[in-house]
Amino acid sequence: MSDEPARGASRRNFLKGGAALGAGALATGAVRAEGADPLITEVQDWASSFGDAVDASPYGMPIRFESHVVRRNVEWLTESPVSSINFTPIHALEGTITPQGCAFERHHSGAIELSKADYRLMINGLVDTPLVFTFEDLMRFPRTTVTAFLECAANGGMEWGGAQLEGCQFTQGMIHNMEYVGVPLRYLLEEAGVQAEGKWIYAEGADASSNGRSIPMEKALDDVVVAFFANGEALRKEHGYPVRLVVPGWEGNMWVKWVRRIGVYDQAVESREETSKYTDLMPDGRARKWTWVMDAKSVITSPSPQAPVRHGKGPLVLTGLAWSGHGRITKVDVSLDGGRNWQEARITGEAKPKALTRFHLDIDWDGSELLLQSRATDETGYVQPTKDALREIRGLNNVYHNNGIQTWWLKSDGEVENVEVA
Amino acid sequence: MSKSLNLLVGTAMAALIAAPAMAEKMGLGRPALPEEIAAWDVSVLPDGTGLPKGEGDVLTGEEVFADKCASCHGEFAEGLDSWPVLAGGEGTLQHRRPVKTIGSYWPYLSTVFDYVHRSMPFGAAQTVSTDEAYAITAFLLYSNGLVEDDYVLSNENFTENTLPNADGFYPDDRAESEYPLFSGEGCMSDCGPEVKVTKRAVDLNVTPEDPDGRPAGTLPDIMAAATAAAPASEAQETSTDAPAETTETAAAEVDSELAEAGQKVFKKCAACHKVGEGAKNGTGPHLNATIGRAAGSVEGFKYSKAMADAAAEGLVWDEASLMSFLENPKGFLKGTKMSFAGLKKEEDRAAIVAYLSTLEP
Repeated sequence: MSDEPARGASRRNFLKGGAALGAGALATGAVRAEGADPLITEVQDWASSFGDAVDASPYGMPIRFESHVVRRNVEWLTESPVSSINFTPIHALEGTITPQGCAFERHHSGAIELSKADYRLMINGLVDTPLVFTFEDLMRFPRTTVTAFLECAANGGMEWGGAQLEGCQFTQGMIHNMEYVGVPLRYLLEEAGVQAEGKWIYAEGADASSNGRSIPMEKALDDVVVAFFANGEALRKEHGYPVRLVVPGWEGNMWVKWVRRIGVYDQAVESREETSKYTDLMPDGRARKWTWVMDAKSVITSPSPQAPVRHGKGPLVLTGLAWSGHGRITKVDVSLDGGRNWQEARITGEAKPKALTRFHLDIDWDGSELLLQSRATDETGYVQPTKDALREIRGLNNVYHNNGIQTWWLKSDGEVENVEVA
Repeated sequence: MSKSLNLLVGTAMAALIAAPAMAEKMGLGRPALPEEIAAWDVSVLPDGTGLPKGEGDVLTGEEVFADKCASCHGEFAEGLDSWPVLAGGEGTLQHRRPVKTIGSYWPYLSTVFDYVHRSMPFGAAQTVSTDEAYAITAFLLYSNGLVEDDYVLSNENFTENTLPNADGFYPDDRAESEYPLFSGEGCMSDCGPEVKVTKRAVDLNVTPEDPDGRPAGTLPDIMAAATAAAPASEAQETSTDAPAETTETAAAEVDSELAEAGQKVFKKCAACHKVGEGAKNGTGPHLNATIGRAAGSVEGFKYSKAMADAAAEGLVWDEASLMSFLENPKGFLKGTKMSFAGLKKEEDRAAIVAYLSTLEP
């Protein structure tokens, strides 16, 4: 049965430390045993004595029972932890907003400490007046707000050759979704006065990597935001404090953190990050460049390898995320048989454009093996393809933009594996 | 400013926000000075825009590269460990494992100069002078077989160089090549024959694991939580206590504040040297239990001949020898692979030594 391993584990814990645990420990067994639940019939400590005082934690962390819900990395992926990546625990989160503290990080030269007082933003190049702004200057421009997902272009990149990592944290977790507040980049560019030949901007960061990216002027004037708040508070250090670029729908590498200069040019700069990296090698040996938009994608976040089903057959909630860099998610379908038959899932909450969208499907699981898949459709009519359909066009060395359908193998004991099917 | 004027400004602002574009400037910010622009705008574009005046030759580049770059990229730009390979790889872009280098993949030489000049070496960005950047770029052209060893690269002849894969890129064509294939109504029933599992991630066994062998971060059994939580928190306490305790016993006199400072300074070292439980050798050997250890004795690390010789002569890493080595690695041990420039501040060196002495095997 599905909860067999779990039971074993709780028994082991009971034997190890049971004596010291008292009523709380006995309770777990009691739930499954006959008779009254001592958690209900006996007065518990927390129902009788004080909890923490108001200032126990002036800025709170999650309760200790959630200590497993953290960013995690895969050490063998990169040579150095300061130019590396970790992954959002999407298997453990619900809704759509990603808390900053567990939202994945990608640094090219480490997360730097830059104060508001030391912060400067320069706009130069093909402008009437090259300008320098302080943080205080930025705070005086009219503000806008946008909720947007940030997905690393390489999210799922390890899966091009086949199922590789066990868990959506590792296979789809280079993503987060936050509500930003900042200044439309357009206002700053207009302040400097973009000249007619200015067709591109080049945004670079204040960190040692600089991580510069070219962005066409049309996008820069459209929805790019110079942001300083995320999810209601200041950006965290690892997300670019005090100021980062928000480039809705486009690959995460372009969301330059600690942004310190916006250059206006008549051509793309063709920096290291847009030539040597973040270009997509095709089977004919040529490579696509400027593949900025993140295509529609989805994943069932639970059940998944890190979120096995422990409660056995019967009611089971399938929950997942869908998103598209082209706009709104209009539909998410779920298959229980590896893609032969599909049913429409519920979109729970608002489907905002270029933002994570939550879907649910409630099923009555008979305990048989399932091959779970989800498939997103966006407002342009694009339907998330299978990984094999992408491979047919792009081969195995594309590295980036793997938005293929994920398959989870839910076994009758409730364990889940990352697999591919054919 | 009078109150009424303020009000007027406020009203004007409201009109601006509502407008699709701001008709009037806000008057915020100040003009950037030429020397400020020169300091920050170091971008070099494919057509040579932004190239500073200067020059450098292949042989100088080879020396600078050996000194500043080779510890990660290898003497011949072949790339050590998983650090980027910069030379070779011609004709491999259609292979199963393509080798993407400056010679085989990069489209523009301007990118090489720009990146070396602004972002390298890793951990010491913006320490390469303009002439050194030309020299390194010249050396990289040479190591990719694109120029002879007497070549001198300068801002004058820079754009005469075309990289072999300059025509290997084309703008995003997904709108034509993919979107039509992936559009329309998704099939809802009987969409194909029955499928079988063809690949399992567990067969590769490369996922980080929790102590119980499950994928790292697996959610605990909710109903076991009441029992598991207490022992888990106990375990957490012991695991955080344990290093502190051993620290005290192993090096009772170590100034913990200094060691803490050392941990910060160690960031300069961390790209190459791993520490802590399970630390493996990287570009440099792991540095657990370094103090009191014979030099060149970390198992599995390939030391330079210089280090091996010093070890044979009995060099032991104690406070004094480490302080000297860290001040000037190449001066202390000519021929060491460690291409780190050294820590000029005595307090930084002392802090590192204090920190290293807290690290158990």
